[in-house]
Amino acid sequence: MIRFENVTKRFGSFVAIDNLSLDIYEREFFALLGPSGCGKTTMMRMLAGFENPSEGNIELDGADIVDVPPNKRAVNMMFQSYALFPHLSVHDNIAFGLKREGMAKDKISARVAEMLRLTRLEKFASRKPHQISGGQRQRVALARSLAKAPKLLLLDEPLGALDKKLREETQFELMDIQEKTGTTFVIVTHDQEEAMTVASRVAVMDAGVLKQVATPSQIYENPNSRYVADFIGDVTILEGRARKEGNRYELAWADGQPPIVAQSALEIGPGDTCYYAIRPEKVEIHHDKPEDDNVLQGKVIDIGYLGNISTYHVQLANGQTIRAQNFNTERSTQQAFTWDDTVWVNWTDRCGILLAN
Amino acid sequence: MRRAIVYLIPFTWLLVLFLVPFLIVFKISLSDVALARPPYTPQLDLSQGLSGILDFVRELDFENFIFLTTDSLYWKAYLSSLKIAAVSTFLTLLVGYPMAYAMARAREDWRPTLLMLIILPFWTSFLIRVYSWMGILGTEGYLNQLLLWLGIVSTPLQILNTNWAVYIGIVYTYLPFMILPIYSQLDRLDGALLEAAEDLGCSRASAFWLVTFPLSRPGVIAGCFLVFIPTLGEFVIPSLLGGSSTLMIGKVLWEEFFSNRDWPVASAVAVVLLIILIIPIILFQKNQQKQAEAEA
Ligand SMILES: Nc1ncnc2c1ncn2[C@@H]1O[C@H](COP(=O)(O)OP(=O)(O)OP(=O)(O)O)[C@@H](O)[C@H]1O
Ligand SMILES: [Mg+2]
Repeated sequence: MIRFENVTKRFGSFVAIDNLSLDIYEREFFALLGPSGCGKTTMMRMLAGFENPSEGNIELDGADIVDVPPNKRAVNMMFQSYALFPHLSVHDNIAFGLKREGMAKDKISARVAEMLRLTRLEKFASRKPHQISGGQRQRVALARSLAKAPKLLLLDEPLGALDKKLREETQFELMDIQEKTGTTFVIVTHDQEEAMTVASRVAVMDAGVLKQVATPSQIYENPNSRYVADFIGDVTILEGRARKEGNRYELAWADGQPPIVAQSALEIGPGDTCYYAIRPEKVEIHHDKPEDDNVLQGKVIDIGYLGNISTYHVQLANGQTIRAQNFNTERSTQQAFTWDDTVWVNWTDRCGILLAN
Repeated sequence: MRRAIVYLIPFTWLLVLFLVPFLIVFKISLSDVALARPPYTPQLDLSQGLSGILDFVRELDFENFIFLTTDSLYWKAYLSSLKIAAVSTFLTLLVGYPMAYAMARAREDWRPTLLMLIILPFWTSFLIRVYSWMGILGTEGYLNQLLLWLGIVSTPLQILNTNWAVYIGIVYTYLPFMILPIYSQLDRLDGALLEAAEDLGCSRASAFWLVTFPLSRPGVIAGCFLVFIPTLGEFVIPSLLGGSSTLMIGKVLWEEFFSNRDWPVASAVAVVLLIILIIPIILFQKNQQKQAEAEA
């Protein structure tokens, strides 16, 4: 439905978006994820029509939209700052776009009532934006951008200002609304958990380039680069040289440490530098040496207690730290492992990911 | 205690510089003319004690106010002042709004300079600036010379000593009072609101009328009052630039005081003017208060 074709955007000599191509499909909940300044808002602004690409095409439903002004696009945006009209009531804010279409009065009020119900704002219809809470304001902004039933809804860090609890609630609300309305959503966020929760597909961006576009689980379990692995979730990355051993690779990564074995479909030449990423929840921690692949000995130097899980930082003899996570299934204040314990960590050959770059 | 002092200072200020002079003027307005010094009776004679005060009060009356209603000159002057003040406020708004708008949209680093330029005229005497308009608007003035030279008119236009000259003078003098409050509103307008309006289907022009203008309204209202209130009692501009047909209450007031030396009637005129002004002043205060609340 949306197609970015070799889009480049420059501000002066600064390249904000670098020769980027991307397809977003109908009814998709698509998340743009990346660090601050990587060009997420710029992408959105190009979709909404506030910014024109310096090079390349943007198509919406097969038609080039580069020259279509924002007020003529079937695209609505929910602004990072909400941008509610302070002089208009909640009701009039939501009706604003409909009135511009010249819709009949009774149709407008029906539509606004529907939006108010959807976002559970019925009680606040006659209030002004400064008379409602931050969370309610955010819902007004959402209702306003949904009211015109756009083909495409852009959400620029819609939940940035909310506290964790309200944020999670709203995330599910958003997903619910997306399902009910069948609108294509593109959401910008730099909160990776948020992207993983709401989106059906996630694009990880860095400095104007797409690093990977895939489903949340693919991004998490099969990142295609160190950057993506490191950006999404918690990970330990080791560097070494891999050698093919049957259907597995053996990674020599440090003197005095056993090689790491990994299954991988990747083609890596002998002697090439490559990387190995292992997530803490896949690492087991033991008092006694287990019989398995990838067994390493170390000392607990740090413990992060999060209530449901504990993260152990285990330092190996060569100084490398490996993180291991344990669920605290037993209700006890006595931890199974404590500082300076000598422990063994291990994981199977399928748990880690071998990365070429 | 400290609070009390903080309140006391402005109240004393008001008392000494506004209320007391007002009461004096009010007292004079209740007196009668006399060929004396000061030119009115009765005089308060405190040496007579209480009976002196009673005698004094007994002689005060509202005669002068009744007189104001009998001579059509006065209410015509009030009406004409209201009309001139209203028209020139509107003209000032027409000229000032686009200037404020342009300033608010100018590049960030230009704005302090532009603000400076708006305030700059205050650095020369108001009188000199009004006099120089006489040089510009007169039949031999620069404006007519220019128009003649361009061939737009064949005989000099009579602008000076008409209401037009008064309007020009007022718009010129009070323009900064209009521009500054509007500018300060427009300056803090969030650009994202205009983008949101456009995103929801507004053209640039309708976004202006539906978003920019309503949001600058407190500034417009403040600016209009700041122009309207002093213009209503304006004296210098109509007497220097206006003609004999320009009827403004400030001029009448001056003539009563200095030509007729009828202080009591002049004082009555002043008191009525003040009462007329109280309405817009209260409205102005309300507007400011509402705005402050909206921003809180
Ligand atoms: N109008 C502009 N002029 C010059 N540079 C700009 C402009 N807009 C954006 N940039 C630059 O383009 C880059 C991308 O900006 P963008 O706003 O898209 O970042 P972002 O990914 O949305 O970041 P954040 O997560 O902080 O919102 C930034 O380095 C920014 O400085
Ligand atoms: Mg952004």
